[in-house]
Amino acid sequence: MRVLPSGSTALLVELDGLDEVLGLYAALTAEPVEGVVDVVPAARTVLLVTDPAVTGLAAVEQAVRQTTPRSGRRDGGELVELPVVYDGSDLADVAAHLGVDAAEVVRRHTGTEWTVAFCGFAPGFGYLTPDGEPWHVPRRSSPRTKVPPGSVALAGEFSGVYPRESPGGWQLIGRTDVAVFDVDREPAALLRPGVRVRFTEVR
Amino acid sequence: MTLHGGHVTGRAASQGGATRSLTVLATGPLTTVQDGGRPGQGALGIGRSGACDRAAARLSNRLVGNPPDAAVLEVTLGGLVLRTGADLVVATTGARCSGAHNAPTVLRAGRELRLGLPPTGLRTYVAVRGGIAVEPVLGSRSTDLLSGLGPPALSAGDVLPVGEPTAPMPGVDLAPVPDPPGGEVTVRVLPGPRADWFPAEAAAALTTTAWEVTGESNRIGLRLAGVALERSRAGELASEGMVRGALQVPPSGQPVLFLADAPVTGGYPVIGYVEDADVDRCGQLRPGQTLRFRGAVAPR
Repeated sequence: MRVLPSGSTALLVELDGLDEVLGLYAALTAEPVEGVVDVVPAARTVLLVTDPAVTGLAAVEQAVRQTTPRSGRRDGGELVELPVVYDGSDLADVAAHLGVDAAEVVRRHTGTEWTVAFCGFAPGFGYLTPDGEPWHVPRRSSPRTKVPPGSVALAGEFSGVYPRESPGGWQLIGRTDVAVFDVDREPAALLRPGVRVRFTEVR
Repeated sequence: MTLHGGHVTGRAASQGGATRSLTVLATGPLTTVQDGGRPGQGALGIGRSGACDRAAARLSNRLVGNPPDAAVLEVTLGGLVLRTGADLVVATTGARCSGAHNAPTVLRAGRELRLGLPPTGLRTYVAVRGGIAVEPVLGSRSTDLLSGLGPPALSAGDVLPVGEPTAPMPGVDLAPVPDPPGGEVTVRVLPGPRADWFPAEAAAALTTTAWEVTGESNRIGLRLAGVALERSRAGELASEGMVRGALQVPPSGQPVLFLADAPVTGGYPVIGYVEDADVDRCGQLRPGQTLRFRGAVAPR
């Protein structure tokens, strides 16, 4: 664990990888550190944002260093099922890249459980990592200016669902009718860090 | 603050019959509703947002007896015209437009509040006793221009509901705070998480040269122009969390100083952070003004 400075109100904790991030994030949300107002996981880091009126950065750093990360990132997270119509415009390209046919891409995508590692890019956009074989799919060489909401996509080692229309460079393999982000729902974001996801095919 | 009994009282704000509302007649270049923002939701990809100049927004609320993070109007470069539906107590802070400033005033029913062009500073805050009472989104009434959360920016014809006062008037006539300065502004800088991605020359250039605030700046951040800050390390950085005040260096070498609507995570190295208490002043900088950083970002 490396603790890096991030100004007068935050600390950035750098870790070896996603599993360590999920473990530390789970521990810090289960037992919050006093004066920490936000905990933001990412691919290799966890940002701790403090309220300077309540605590100091030195105390927070000490508390984080004494935190025991939760092992087994996939224990007990809520399971969300997302029905998907696999008719994305990039499905054939993804299949070609993986050297399989489209049906095999769908079989692999629905055949594993995924875990939300972290969110970013837009409110409610979760970066999903598979329990099984890792995926490696390049981004599109030119991003789309408009990706429709509900698009199910792949890029790098992650899968994701676009919460709303936005530009995007991920490979689109399908679409779901489930609103992954809805400000009038509690919780607004379906795909929160630690949530497990199972994709099912709608024919 | 001067604390001798104010001539403005809470009674003026609650006369029966009239509608506690403000009708927007003109907005100027950009007027949004802002409050304390959406803290604690970064893990969902939801940024903090809130007033760009938090100190000015809180002061405007204190002057009218509101909780410090009640919703106010953030007016960019003046131009706002409002008409009241009832007698309301208002106060403006931040960039000084015209008339009473840093002082509560009664705006009689049917009268207009008109903000001209401020001589210095960029953002004026208008607090109204009782607070702007538009519907909150995810716990806040702030407009986040990056994520699109919160109410849309104001348009002429909008009618803004005003809440009921919850506390007595503070009895303050005037808050003697300085106006945001024009010209060059100096703020304190601290090390960022990726200062070690830059050679000593870049770290030195950051704190020894002047940075021009460009016209590409907005509530998300100030795009600065100056010496190109070259990296000493190649390669990609996995996106990582950041907060307002971050000085991020994209491949162009021209840093971005993130403000209220900063993204939750970013994929370019953050060389330094502006001291949190100084970030508010950065939210008052206009295109063409210069910014200097005092301090050091060398890795500890």
